[in-house]
Amino acid sequence: MKLLTLLVDGIAYGMVLFVLASGLSVTLGLMNVINLAHGAFAMAGGYAAVVLMQKAGLPFIWTLPAAFVLTALAGAVLERLLYRPIYAKSHLDQVMFSIGLVFMAVAGIDYLMGSTQQFIQLPGWLQGRFDIAGVAVGRYRLFVIVLCGLLAFGLQWGFTRTRFGSRLRAAVDDARVARGLGIPVHALFAFTFALGSGLAGLGGVLGVELLGLDPSFPLKFMIYFLVVVTVGGTSTITGPFLAAMLLGIADVAGKYFIPQVGAFIIYALMVVLLLLRPDGLFARQRT
Amino acid sequence: MLNDRIRARLAASRRWHPAEFVLWGLALAAVFLLPRQLLILNEIAILALFAISLDLILGYAGLVSLGHAAFLGVGAYAAGLLAIHVTADPLAGLAFGTLAAALAGLVTCPLVLKGNDLTRLMVTLGISMLLLELANSFGSITGGADGLQGITMAPLLGLFEFDLMGRTAYLYSLAVLFLLFLLARRIVHSPFGLSLRAIRDNPLRAAAAGVPATRRLTAVYTLAAAYAGAAGALLAQTTQFVSLDVLAFHRSADLMLVLIIGGAGYLYGGIIGALAFKILQDAIATVTPQYWQFWIGLLLVLFVLGGREILHGGVMALVRRGAALFSRRRKAP
Amino acid sequence: MNAVLETRGLVKRFGGITATDDVSFMLQRGARHALIGPNGAGKTTLVNLLTGVLAPTSGAVMLKGEDITRLPRAARVRRGLTRTFQISQLCASMTVLEMIAMVIAERLGRGADALRALDSDSRLIEGVAEIVTQFRLVDILDERIDRLAYGKRRQIEIAAAFATRPEVLLLDEPAAGVPEAERRELLDSIAALPADVSVLLIEHDMDIVFRFATRITVLVNGRVLAEGDPPAIAADSRVREAYLGEAAHG
Repeated sequence: MKLLTLLVDGIAYGMVLFVLASGLSVTLGLMNVINLAHGAFAMAGGYAAVVLMQKAGLPFIWTLPAAFVLTALAGAVLERLLYRPIYAKSHLDQVMFSIGLVFMAVAGIDYLMGSTQQFIQLPGWLQGRFDIAGVAVGRYRLFVIVLCGLLAFGLQWGFTRTRFGSRLRAAVDDARVARGLGIPVHALFAFTFALGSGLAGLGGVLGVELLGLDPSFPLKFMIYFLVVVTVGGTSTITGPFLAAMLLGIADVAGKYFIPQVGAFIIYALMVVLLLLRPDGLFARQRT
Repeated sequence: MLNDRIRARLAASRRWHPAEFVLWGLALAAVFLLPRQLLILNEIAILALFAISLDLILGYAGLVSLGHAAFLGVGAYAAGLLAIHVTADPLAGLAFGTLAAALAGLVTCPLVLKGNDLTRLMVTLGISMLLLELANSFGSITGGADGLQGITMAPLLGLFEFDLMGRTAYLYSLAVLFLLFLLARRIVHSPFGLSLRAIRDNPLRAAAAGVPATRRLTAVYTLAAAYAGAAGALLAQTTQFVSLDVLAFHRSADLMLVLIIGGAGYLYGGIIGALAFKILQDAIATVTPQYWQFWIGLLLVLFVLGGREILHGGVMALVRRGAALFSRRRKAP
Repeated sequence: MNAVLETRGLVKRFGGITATDDVSFMLQRGARHALIGPNGAGKTTLVNLLTGVLAPTSGAVMLKGEDITRLPRAARVRRGLTRTFQISQLCASMTVLEMIAMVIAERLGRGADALRALDSDSRLIEGVAEIVTQFRLVDILDERIDRLAYGKRRQIEIAAAFATRPEVLLLDEPAAGVPEAERRELLDSIAALPADVSVLLIEHDMDIVFRFATRITVLVNGRVLAEGDPPAIAADSRVREAYLGEAAHG
């Protein structure tokens, strides 16, 4: 039964990773921009929630939409001011640029909030665990799974069933053709960037309890987001979702069964998967 | 006659510029001019060697890497472990660190060459993270988070003791840097170097000219790993300490900044960049020791957003003006 | 039987589309052979199959009697099969001299030599001198390639292909986009190629084809529709229909 508990933990962990990284996969697919600073938005969301709870006394549940809105706004502003000039630059430049942003965010948060680990007080109804058919399941983990599951469904629906989604898919497939068809790729991208940043911020709040939160967050989890995106591919929602699940379960199981190797499993998994499927594990075969 | 002209043109690109003699002369003279700064000069020389290593793959062959610290780390640990367990001779350690890193480069190269820029960035980053985790897990060998302690080096060539002022250390690192620089200079001006530039500029053309790209890239990647390993070995020997920090991500990121400052694809970018970076780091660290990373980040952002063109444009204008003055004076009498 | 390049039942499918459909043809030694066909006939796919950019779904490519179907691109070049590109593929940051020297060094098998200086190799220098004279590049040796005019770049494209000293040369629309004034010079250098080099010209411009080729293969919808000497092809009703059909559609 311990195994099932671990599985639930892994799924919850993977769900948070998915919400954190989903925005990144769309921005990468849409503009072919590598944004290593995506984790900084997640961190900003987490810290926003901490401050709102501690200083303004906002209940936990309200910090979720608040963090989403704040980081989405921050994403929209930064996209306009900072990111737009780098779309046309090389991948290497984009990497340098976003690493620079990460360094600034890490040092900036350290300066403002100190380097210690942050905690948030969960409301009573999310604390503790209960038994489902003999399996001990944490209430908070179940909450995370349900919430993120709904978000994933919502994203999948929006991506495949709405006019916005079909334009987005067309633009991801071939931005030039999409522009020719009169799809406003830049506006689409700005909106998606803000949405992705907001989701990262939301994931940041949800992750405080599961992933921890300190100024090194963007660096520590950078590789996780990249694994989700590179392994999951950028042309679907389901690809990154499955990749995030795989990563979450593998990481939780790895740390439980062979704690001495730590994160080794994750990196090995990523390297192996990238070798087998350089275009992403769930990517469509392109000719 | 045409043959002579072609020969002269080909020879011109590898001829030594007067400024190069000045630079190396100053580097040597620093032993007497800046006797109190030899420890930091030693760090600069090592960083310059590390940057030349990245320049070989990035600047000449166009291979991106986010995990070049992997080879610095392999070289450092290999040299450190050899000094503790086998022999304290510096040159043996240097050779061992270089070879170990070259081997690591050769083994990981197929992983890196597969895929596009994006997967390459991920895979290089993944490999360096993997090594960091390994070094952390095998604490009984590497010392884990405490670092590899108890390295003592025998005198260089059996004659020169490593002193506290860093005089031997700096001269040792400078000599290795210079010799490996000469080798790199020779290589980039050879047919092999030319074929690397062809691969970087246009893989289709390189293939259509019959260049076996995978073999050439494997060769240069292994060579670059060896250079980084030599830098790591020098670091371990001259500081007599190896910590997990040699494998950390910020090492690879800082290295990028070094090449951005100095410019890639002409070897001196690594040296000039290393000098500027260390001076900058030192200056920032004196003002705000805790938050210097913020300023490094800001520099990266500004450089990409256009500062690089301004800086390099300004420097080139200065160089041109200087060269014009120089040639006018020479013609005058 | 003196075929220097040959395909046997070559097929290439992309998903549901068959871009190359059972193509078997022979290029004779010393031939001046043209491959023509309307847009979308599969000419570019065929060139990519011949040069190793793509692997065929089935069938074989033979060079001088040797099966090269699975050989990588560079290995085919070293065996004497060279191509030019429809859009010039040059090394932008190099000078004309450097790029030609790169190709010659590769031909001489010196490309892996990391310690020799370029100027100390007299065979390399002779090789460069020969090419730059033949293709009239002497005046622009020190120009960076990305600063050259379009027509000059086309010429360097041909020169670079020729510098590999090919036995079989695939010219993929060599005159595409070259202004009329520079066209003459380009076509002259193609006409001046030595007789023992077998040339396959992939071309759209019928004027060039009929001026240059002694044999023509017509490709339509990935299949060989007709093959013969120029008068026979000109008189072939099916060929005219294929081209007129295209003209009628756009």
